[in-house]
Amino acid sequence: MAQSDPNKTSIAYRMTWRMPIIVWQFLFFIGPLALMVAMSFFLVKNYRMVEAFEMKNWAKMFGRDYFWDSYLYTFGLATAATLICTLIAFPASFALAFKVSANVRRWAIFLLIIPFFTSYLVRTFSWYVILAESGVVNAMLGYVGLGPYTMLNTMFGTLVGYLTLTLPLVIILQTISLAQVDRSLIEAAHNLGCGRMRTVLTVIVPLAKVGLIIGAVFCFILSFGDFVAPYYLGGSKPPTLPILIIDQTKSGQQWPRAAVVAITMMVTLFTIAFAAIYAAYAKRGRT
Amino acid sequence: MAKEIKNSLLKPSRREVLKYAGASALAMPFVNRAWAQTTEINMLAWYGHGEPDIVGEFEEANNVKFKPKYYAGGDNMLALIAQSPPGTYDVILSDAEFVQQLNAAGYIEELNAADYNFDDMLHEDFTKFPGHWADGKLHSVMVRFGHLGVSYNKNAITAEEAQSYSCFWKEDVKSKVGHFDWHLPSLGMISLYNGNGAGLWDLDDAGWDKVQETTLSLRPQVGGYFDYGGTFNSLKNGEMLAMCGIGDWITGVLEKDGAPVGSVVPKEGGIQWTESYCIGKGSEKADMVKKFIQYMLSPEGQVKSAQMAAYPGFCITKAGRAKLNEVDKKEAERTGQVDGMPNDPITLVKEGRIHYRDIPKQQSLEDWNDFWSEYKNA
Repeated sequence: MAQSDPNKTSIAYRMTWRMPIIVWQFLFFIGPLALMVAMSFFLVKNYRMVEAFEMKNWAKMFGRDYFWDSYLYTFGLATAATLICTLIAFPASFALAFKVSANVRRWAIFLLIIPFFTSYLVRTFSWYVILAESGVVNAMLGYVGLGPYTMLNTMFGTLVGYLTLTLPLVIILQTISLAQVDRSLIEAAHNLGCGRMRTVLTVIVPLAKVGLIIGAVFCFILSFGDFVAPYYLGGSKPPTLPILIIDQTKSGQQWPRAAVVAITMMVTLFTIAFAAIYAAYAKRGRT
Repeated sequence: MAKEIKNSLLKPSRREVLKYAGASALAMPFVNRAWAQTTEINMLAWYGHGEPDIVGEFEEANNVKFKPKYYAGGDNMLALIAQSPPGTYDVILSDAEFVQQLNAAGYIEELNAADYNFDDMLHEDFTKFPGHWADGKLHSVMVRFGHLGVSYNKNAITAEEAQSYSCFWKEDVKSKVGHFDWHLPSLGMISLYNGNGAGLWDLDDAGWDKVQETTLSLRPQVGGYFDYGGTFNSLKNGEMLAMCGIGDWITGVLEKDGAPVGSVVPKEGGIQWTESYCIGKGSEKADMVKKFIQYMLSPEGQVKSAQMAAYPGFCITKAGRAKLNEVDKKEAERTGQVDGMPNDPITLVKEGRIHYRDIPKQQSLEDWNDFWSEYKNA
């Protein structure tokens, strides 16, 4: 009778490797999430949270038009950022994956990582100099008789901020995904008379679908939850959901109402993420 | 010779190592004692009050070290105290309208009025500031104040136009009017514009509806809602040409830097922000905090407050004003803190053009905040 290796099969061995991630998830995700859900039912009296189980905060937030206005605005803005970012990133990623040497690709990815070494807030504030009416962009447009255009404190400003945050990451994810596409399939498509654009759309994009979708999902998640860009480049006009969270805590210390907004955001993000994962893997699963 | 000394330092002998170690060990108790004598004062305040330009000299003279915790807004301050055990904060700088709530919640100590020179105050109101006294007992001492009104870019709005809040609706500044992102000062100003005068915080239903209506009519003019940094930047780079909800506490810093901006109290009246010091309940350093409050009321302390790097405030004592005129005439004149100047802040208070910032009387802060969120989304 063959004996199984006790080191590989024992529960203790498996648990040892699994425990860090389980403990991490409980300490930093499940625990705080449970606390936030519980907090959404608490009340605030004299600037102090009082433990309770009341639906007042949910009724209050869901009953306000401004909450739904903020929700739709934030959702629309994050969707627009995702589409724009994916479309802008794709040509760059395509070039890095197929048109340059492996060495150049490595350097390009390193350069794309560098922005993450600096503070996002500082990068956002630097846009003030560039986008202001007396800034660099308007000065350049002025030479050809255009402008000045108002770019700060607008939706455009917010989108610029979102792209500052997400574009490098999306290009990296897309590049890694495109670089893994089997070149022989591309050659086969060409040999069978498939044009360049058709090869991209019907061969390369479907093969890199998972990476492309994951890049888009990351872009949506980061944009949907970002406070800095809509506040500092969008002028909080109108406020997005993260700004609404700050507004609730700033005046009256309404952390329970802020929790309602946060939970709504999380449910939305979970729904989007799971739908995207399903879309990414569905076809592959059926074949 | 120099080479020998260098070699001795780089390669000490065993005897030298033992000598230095012994000397260090013997010196340690004295070093520790010197450190132990430095008293830490935990301060809760708006940004800037615990910085070296304000507390540096006092720290040096009294061998204390301030550990500031900064907040933004009275609600935030109350929440920070509520979430901390008694005695956490030794000295609390509060907006005057929140002192009453600090006292009601038992967060501050009673003060001895005889410890402070109220006779030197520039205005009688400052000696008995609303909410600072309860049942004849003193709980807080006012140390500085400032006025909120029309803040504007002088290239876009004339000094004459700035004499009324109506300049916010001027066609030329469409999408260029900014708001400091706090409902209280902005809605207070709209209430003044509606002619509510001294009753600006005490609005019945009709008055409150009218304030909301007027505020919403300003929405097409609004270019953004900003915190301190955003307000500062947008005025500096000309993105915003007028600002509702602020005053010289922001434009003063920019003006001194050469920006073409200024603040005035318009004909409808202005709002006064008032900052006061309290001793935190259960503080073990109450005597030192008392000394610090006395220092801030001294001529030297008042000048430091008037020149504060983060945001300037007006002097509240006669001796403080005299000292400011003596050491920084330019700043005194810029802010009207010279007897006889038409924009003298004390004259404006005496003329009844200034109304102390307060909280809504007939609505809750929550009502005002809710409307503010609606307004931002309109």
